[in-house]
Amino acid sequence: MRLPQSLPVERAAGGRERRLDVRDILTRYGTFIALVLLVVVAASLSPRFLSPVNLMNVFRQVAIVGVLGIGMTFVILTAGIDLSVGAALALSAVLLAGTLQSTGNMVLAMLAALLAGMAVGLANGIGVTVGRVQPFVMTLGMLGIARSIAFLYTGGEPIPVLDMRFLNLGIGYVWRIPIPGIIFVVMLIVAAFVLRYTPFGRMVYAVGSNEEAARLSGIEVGRVKTAVYMISGLTAAVSAIMYCSQFASAPAIAGEGYELDAIAAVVVGGTSLFGGQGGVIGTFLGALIIGILSNILNLTGVSPFAQPLAKGALIILAVWIVGRGHRG
Amino acid sequence: MDETAPILEVERLTRRYPGVVAVDGVDFSLRPGEVHALLGENGAGKSTFIKMLGGAVRPNEGTIRINGSAVDFRSPAEALAAGIAIIYQELVLCPHLSVAENVLMGHLPRTGGVAVDWPAARRRVAALLARLGVSLPLDTPVRRLSTAQQQLVEIAKALSRDSRILVLDEPSAALGQRDLEHLFQVITHLKAQGVAIVYISHRLEEVFSIADRVTVLKDGKLVGSWPIEMVTMPRLVRAMTGRDLGVTSTAVEDATSPVRLEVRGLGRHGAFSDISITLRAGEIVGIAGLVGSGRTELLRAIFGADHPDSGEIVVDGVTVRFRSPAQALRRGLGLLPEDRKTQGLLLDRALRENVTLASLRRFTRFGILRPEREERAVRGLMAELQIAARGPGQPVATLSGGNQQKVVLARWLARQCGILLFDEPTRGVDVGAKEEIYRLIQALAADGAAVLVVSSELKELFAICPRILVMREGRIAGEFAGAARREEDVVDAMLMGGRSNASPAIAAG
Repeated sequence: MRLPQSLPVERAAGGRERRLDVRDILTRYGTFIALVLLVVVAASLSPRFLSPVNLMNVFRQVAIVGVLGIGMTFVILTAGIDLSVGAALALSAVLLAGTLQSTGNMVLAMLAALLAGMAVGLANGIGVTVGRVQPFVMTLGMLGIARSIAFLYTGGEPIPVLDMRFLNLGIGYVWRIPIPGIIFVVMLIVAAFVLRYTPFGRMVYAVGSNEEAARLSGIEVGRVKTAVYMISGLTAAVSAIMYCSQFASAPAIAGEGYELDAIAAVVVGGTSLFGGQGGVIGTFLGALIIGILSNILNLTGVSPFAQPLAKGALIILAVWIVGRGHRG
Repeated sequence: MDETAPILEVERLTRRYPGVVAVDGVDFSLRPGEVHALLGENGAGKSTFIKMLGGAVRPNEGTIRINGSAVDFRSPAEALAAGIAIIYQELVLCPHLSVAENVLMGHLPRTGGVAVDWPAARRRVAALLARLGVSLPLDTPVRRLSTAQQQLVEIAKALSRDSRILVLDEPSAALGQRDLEHLFQVITHLKAQGVAIVYISHRLEEVFSIADRVTVLKDGKLVGSWPIEMVTMPRLVRAMTGRDLGVTSTAVEDATSPVRLEVRGLGRHGAFSDISITLRAGEIVGIAGLVGSGRTELLRAIFGADHPDSGEIVVDGVTVRFRSPAQALRRGLGLLPEDRKTQGLLLDRALRENVTLASLRRFTRFGILRPEREERAVRGLMAELQIAARGPGQPVATLSGGNQQKVVLARWLARQCGILLFDEPTRGVDVGAKEEIYRLIQALAADGAAVLVVSSELKELFAICPRILVMREGRIAGEFAGAARREEDVVDAMLMGGRSNASPAIAAG
């Protein structure tokens, strides 16, 4: 692993910024440094950690929550929150499995999942913009609604997924890399590009940074917000595709609690819950950190009961460090 | 009363912020039982001044003495303990708690040190309210009270701390005439009990009916301090808005250049009514008026940020009804908002993003931003406006007020708007930057832009606007154009309304 050796010292003009303090380094590279430290610790704790098989497994496991985290990043950048992603995943998953079961058409099934995810996002977006319901409340309500529809659709029984071509998406490899990991990285690159190099990306940051200023600069704030919730719904649907193809089953309880893991990945990645600051690369690192932590706890045989404790402590620590850098 | 020793003496109080001196060597004194009005336009330094009195902001220089001994407040709690209570415009009550609980917040009487002694609490609050000469229901949650009543709760709260100095920050802003008279009675009561009061207001009539003395601040400096009998209203207005005229531009607009913006009989309930304005290409029209005259609301309504309920807006000959600022932008309008921090800037984002926010499409190809083009444009604007920054990547929060304002201006230059609405373009900007902004506005007009400028500074309007409209209480109270316009007339119109030196184009609506 390569630590960034030369830090951007030249950005000083007033002299005050010239002494680069720990705080600045932590703010800029904190997540990356944390990931490197974690990898070093993990490798020293378990010889199996660095084996290619294990690393690829981690990558596969991280992909589902990581993809959710990409959509979540867009929402949180606008100072919103989306608690409905886990439920949207479940709804997309059962519709996918149901469509696959009845038609046998894989493309149609995935399309159904994507439409379902985007419909949930659209409903959230309309509630938040037209209805002016707080994002927390709107998406909390949608969490219940979407999951309930999933239960009603399945009648409580998981729908099995048997199409081998489809299952290959979840368990297959391309050049020895798990396909879900590839999907994750491709989506990440697209998202990072959109945020950085498109007007829409700029608008997302603007809305999160100062909504009134954005509005007075001619940005259709309502449209931007609706779009980010739809993106979040879309990424939930992609996660649903990964879920069904990995577990060969679509239960209505799929993705329960994943919204919190996704939010954790975003905040560990340094994106501010107040909006306007952060990005998907951070979320990628955040998802890896959380995934590696669970992996090493499993490898070293730590009790599953203690694992949420470690995760919780890590989240608080990460946000505390980043927060100190931002506010001080 | 002049014999009494002052309870509060302030000497050479100074507070600097990056790029601007908010309060610059101000002297002030206050005697027991005196009502001392503090006047000044927005940005004159009043709020920074009272924040220093109240311990919310620490001065860089100068001294504050209470009863002759110097104090240095490190927190609002210390100021309160020393007997200074500030009642801000935004009341800070707990809406769900009762009147009694709010008044005695933090020091409710207790029996045996544990349970609240409610009978004692009610007695104390009733006594305090009696001192004010008012009666309020003690057990009602304050959210059910009117604004005027909530204000009384705040005052009672201050008295419960034995405050001897009461600072009222624009107490009348949210009050109707009857509530105001009531407030004056309360103030008279307090005066009689020896409480010293600093009264801040924009409404001069009030100052004349309640104050014993008046002090005027402008651009952070003390303009003067007089017993109320010594001054007249026009003199105060001139003290507040500045009298020394710089280079005035009096060229009346070319009546043949096309009309870009026409406002006919525009009204918005509670803000302004029956406003008609014609704005031609290349013209700079100023709007004068005291704070609260509806100037800002008018600009916002033209821009689609708020919705007018009567009249019409015509842009380039087409009647429009903007439902959002985005639609106004598409018609070539741009608004420089009154408060750049809350309405203009993305403070934690880079200068670059702030500048190109309204014109992102100019820098795209196939929907994708072209960073090098954007960079070039931003650097060009930085040079043109002489924005002092390390580079396009610097967060605007770290720039000085003047440079921040230039960033918002640059946003509209990047957009190449033909119709510009400027609301207080030089508020909180240092003198050097002010002149650069004036030159820029004139250059824009010379290039054919139509510009409407709202300003609290008459000097500013006279310097850049050949035609000045005066707003008063939501209406146009006068129009002054050409070399014949006089500052005295504008001031009269701001105060009394109803005079013009121009042909009554305003009657056309």
